[in-house]
Amino acid sequence: MFAVDVTVPLPPGPLRLQLRSDARVVGVAGASGAGKTTLLRVLAGLDRRAAGSVSALGEVWQAPGRFVEPWARGVGWVPQEALVFPHLSVAENLHYGGGEPGPLVELLGLGELLARRTRNLSGGERQRVALGRAMGRAPRLLLLDEPFSALDRALRERVRAGVAAWCAERALPVVLVSHDEGDLTAFGAEMWRLEGGGLERG
Amino acid sequence: MSPVALSLLVGAGATALGLGPAAVCAWVLARRQFRGKSLLSAVVMAPLVLPPVVTGLLLLRVFGRATPVGSAMAALGLPVPFSPLGAVLAAAVVGFPLFVMTLRSAFEAVDPRYEELSLSLGVPPRETFRRITLPLALPGLAAGLVLAFARGLGEFGATVVLAGNIEGRTRTLALAVYALLDSPTGEAPARQLVLASLALSFGALAAFEALNRWHRRRLGQEDDVRR
Repeated sequence: MFAVDVTVPLPPGPLRLQLRSDARVVGVAGASGAGKTTLLRVLAGLDRRAAGSVSALGEVWQAPGRFVEPWARGVGWVPQEALVFPHLSVAENLHYGGGEPGPLVELLGLGELLARRTRNLSGGERQRVALGRAMGRAPRLLLLDEPFSALDRALRERVRAGVAAWCAERALPVVLVSHDEGDLTAFGAEMWRLEGGGLERG
Repeated sequence: MSPVALSLLVGAGATALGLGPAAVCAWVLARRQFRGKSLLSAVVMAPLVLPPVVTGLLLLRVFGRATPVGSAMAALGLPVPFSPLGAVLAAAVVGFPLFVMTLRSAFEAVDPRYEELSLSLGVPPRETFRRITLPLALPGLAAGLVLAFARGLGEFGATVVLAGNIEGRTRTLALAVYALLDSPTGEAPARQLVLASLALSFGALAAFEALNRWHRRRLGQEDDVRR
């Protein structure tokens, strides 16, 4: 499902990211700053500094002389900061890129947010909007970067169970970065750890 | 034409003339990494450190009547030296660094992650620019426009060399004040022009500040103490 072997020139020193997995859901844990976010950006095609090869879903996205542009990869990326376009309404955010929130409104509890000003959203509300926006356009691969970190405990468990089930129903591949053991087990993720040395199973 | 009207016209003309090139330079300097970037930056900034009189002389070297460019412009019916067009050109070139700087910071204020996010959502770069970068930068770009206009209103050194000081044709506000200083009866009219100049400049600065506040608000960067 995933085959990544890239080197990213980062300030402290080059970061080598190697990952090969046939699992549908790959979970990545590890210390802050180890490069988990960089791994997702490489998969989304957003890190131009990365040299090497990236394959996913049986396609070659990056190789010497080949680079599939980020807008052609069909991924749903939920960045760690859960960015919400500040000049668009919540509804416009959810439809941006041709997304159709539909059943996600119920699943993520977005109904009450639709009429809100984007700049008044809390961190957890932003995360739910970012999830709805990424999932609503029926991505072929979901890249989740600490997507539930700002949700309070009860909501967190409900939302992650809902998202995990939604992905499972569609057999949707997921790469999930999280500090939280519970997030990774809820998705039944194959566990990887990213430490100073690189990516390892475990 | 009165000096005030002529200045307004020159300021508007210089802003219109500079907008395209300044926006391109600003975007490239804000968002692109390439060889020769510092060289481009230095060339763009040159009029800021050159004495405006020297800039005027250099412009005269390029656009003077005897030069290829100058004679071609004259043949088109657009002579540059000692014409209102010359005043517009002088103001545009001298104001260019300030124009690029303000537009550049308007683009730089837009978090590039919004653009990346848009790309990841399947929206190609051109459309991402139109739907994300431009609307988010817009108030800052408008602020830059106002500042460039205000700078153009008061240009003196390069204007006097390239366009001269012809009453009704190239005598803008600053040149008119200067001319009146030499006249024994000029004190009262000079005072009026100085007041007009102050009003225009502070009006433009107030608009600049208001637009910048709107920009920060739009980007969600305002610190709202009431909340």
